[in-house]
Amino acid sequence: MSTLTVSVVTPDGPVLEDGFEMVSCKAENGELGILPGHIPMVAPLTISSVRLKLESDTRQLAVSGGFLEVRPDKVTILAQAAEDPASIDVQRAEEAKQRAEQRLQAKQDDIDFRRAELALKRAMNRLDIAR
Amino acid sequence: MKSLASLRDIQKRIDSTSKTKQITKAMEMVSASKMSKAEENAKRFVPYSEKIQEVVASIASSNMDAVHPMLEKRDVKKTGYFVITSDRGLAGAYNSGVLKKLYETIQSRHQSTDEYTIIVVGRVGYEFFRKRGMPVAKSILGMSDQPNFNDIKDLASETVQMFVDEEIDELTIYYNHYKSAISQIVTSKQLLPLTDMEEKATASTSQYEYEPNQEQILKVLLPQYAESLIYGALLDGKASEHAARMTAMRNATDNANELIDDLTLSYNRARQAAITQEITEIIGGVAALE
Repeated sequence: MSTLTVSVVTPDGPVLEDGFEMVSCKAENGELGILPGHIPMVAPLTISSVRLKLESDTRQLAVSGGFLEVRPDKVTILAQAAEDPASIDVQRAEEAKQRAEQRLQAKQDDIDFRRAELALKRAMNRLDIAR
Repeated sequence: MKSLASLRDIQKRIDSTSKTKQITKAMEMVSASKMSKAEENAKRFVPYSEKIQEVVASIASSNMDAVHPMLEKRDVKKTGYFVITSDRGLAGAYNSGVLKKLYETIQSRHQSTDEYTIIVVGRVGYEFFRKRGMPVAKSILGMSDQPNFNDIKDLASETVQMFVDEEIDELTIYYNHYKSAISQIVTSKQLLPLTDMEEKATASTSQYEYEPNQEQILKVLLPQYAESLIYGALLDGKASEHAARMTAMRNATDNANELIDDLTLSYNRARQAAITQEITEIIGGVAALE
């Protein structure tokens, strides 16, 4: 089966660059599955997992938002953070989750609330994928 | 007796200078290794920044309908200045250059402190503006020597948010651009609003399908882009800081060497003078006995 090159880039450097048969991810308005030969596209991603398929293997990555650029033979994911399950610091994510929950319970102004919400989402996403 | 005392004095100064020299030499080497690490960090960031710039430029150039507050120029009631300095001194003109430039700009552009606000990275800059009673809106002290994106993310997104909330109407960043290990240039760049996007678009940029639409994408993309610019400047500034410190320490080591040479010369002269005097005294004594 034909493959497409997937590269995942973060400000701290490239995370992954490899050939895969299919990319599935969660964009802002629903799941996206991308096969080789897709039309060029740009879509924002949610805080979620990206699944990369090659034969019977599936790799997962935790991304904290960002967006995805598709070309017929290449997919680039630009995220502020992206980790594979092995490199997720479970303890740190756990702590971040607790902190965010505490902040959500303490009633504060809107901006802090939103930030805590996002932090909680990121932490839970990491924990989901690490398990 | 006098010459003996001064001999000891000179010896003491030689000792203390060579101790200083050991320290500056060590600091030079530490900075050199930090600099090459910082250079690598900056290189690792390049693919991300190039890609994000390419996508932003292609959206901005493909369609003029796409509007976003971050692309629009508006009347400037308040200006934000983002400045990157270090936490410690001993880095030559690294901090003074960038602070002087920003200070002069502010003095010439603004009459009152209501017209601007400053966002600072680094203790030196923070204390500089505090001492002069200038408004510092946000700051980070104790930035790591090899920062990663997480270290600056909060400050960057808060700063971008200030622009979105119309607390500030433009944002300019001041930092030392790393040109080479021996040359760092004080640079100022306007970050927000993003006005020059179309110029950056190259002919080869492809046309995209936008999912769901351009506005939605710009909403996600532009803050991320602005934050990445701030992070890029921070990496650049950090590499410059280590380079500046390395140069400053090398100069200090060279000066110490020169001083030691001078002192050694005076020491030998004084020693020679003392011996000559002793001989003269002995000869004098012998002559008196004959």
